Amino acid sequence: MNGHKDENGVVLTEAQKRARRSRSIAIALALGGLVILFYVMTLVKGPAVLEKPF
Amino acid sequence: MGAYAEPSLADVGDYVALMKPRVMSLVVFTALTGLAIAPVRIHPLTGFTALLCIAVGAGAAGVLNMWYDADIDARMLRTARRPIPMGRIHPREALTFGVILAGFAVVVLGLLVNVLAAALLAFTIFFYAVIYTIWLKRATPQNIVIGGAAGAFPPMIGWAAATGSISLEPVILFLIIFFWTPPHFWALALYRTEDYARAGVPMLPVVKGDDVARRQILLYTLILAPLGLAPWLLGFAGPLYGATATLAGAIMLWLAIQVWRERRPEDRASRNLFAFSVLYLFVLFAVLLIDRGFGGMIG
Repeated sequence: MNGHKDENGVVLTEAQKRARRSRSIAIALALGGLVILFYVMTLVKGPAVLEKPF
Repeated sequence: MGAYAEPSLADVGDYVALMKPRVMSLVVFTALTGLAIAPVRIHPLTGFTALLCIAVGAGAAGVLNMWYDADIDARMLRTARRPIPMGRIHPREALTFGVILAGFAVVVLGLLVNVLAAALLAFTIFFYAVIYTIWLKRATPQNIVIGGAAGAFPPMIGWAAATGSISLEPVILFLIIFFWTPPHFWALALYRTEDYARAGVPMLPVVKGDDVARRQILLYTLILAPLGLAPWLLGFAGPLYGATATLAGAIMLWLAIQVWRERRPEDRASRNLFAFSVLYLFVLFAVLLIDRGFGGMIG
């Protein structure tokens, strides 16, 4: 159930590896979505992106 | 071998659970209503971005609440299976997650929509996480009366996202949710009194007793029922909304009277009021959306 530490560092169990993989994929999708959102909204706002909020 | 931090077993579902997705959906729905009834047309993608940021901000507030309340959650039957009490997510991981989500939600809303909406979202997150969760929840039986304001802000944020300003209409929606919150949560607390008492949370039925709580539920519902008619009476909702709010308010009041008359160990009236209160808010805002015909959403 638990990972263990040996002379090669921390060794993950298969369950821990699967959990880490799912988290990594979710983070990648979220960041990719954020990039797309900014790109699309830049097109939507047009020249208004140059207006400072303050 | 020295001790090391155990690698996490938490998957995406655990982090989603931290965000309280059912609360998020209600927040998004009420924010959508505020956005849709606003008299300014915005681009659909701007509206989508606003709702996405509001959803993430609400999720962040939920995460921060679960981070701080992990000790209470562990002692309550209703919440003991949440990710932090179950040991699936470390509190420090939850705090980091919540802070990052809150930061991103506010900044993205400010950059892509407008600063007023972002400021209101930031204040809402702060109000829920700090004022309600850290301070009021454990300090006073009026915790959810004042703290409930956090749940009432989303329609104002939605309106501000569309218009860049605040006016009477979103304030009315704020007040409806504000006066809805006490009967909703106190009905729950009435049939979960032992659970809250075990956790040491000073909910009104625990501190002041059932009779006071039942009376307060009735009083707040006496305010809520006519307040629900305000959008129609003030002219920013039509007769369909007026009829719906009248009927729903009457049912809510009838159920509150049943709660006022009920005595332990009976709890059917409390459970009925709690269940209907969810439907009440959803129906009111849904009919408001239909009544206004999404006029503010389509750019």
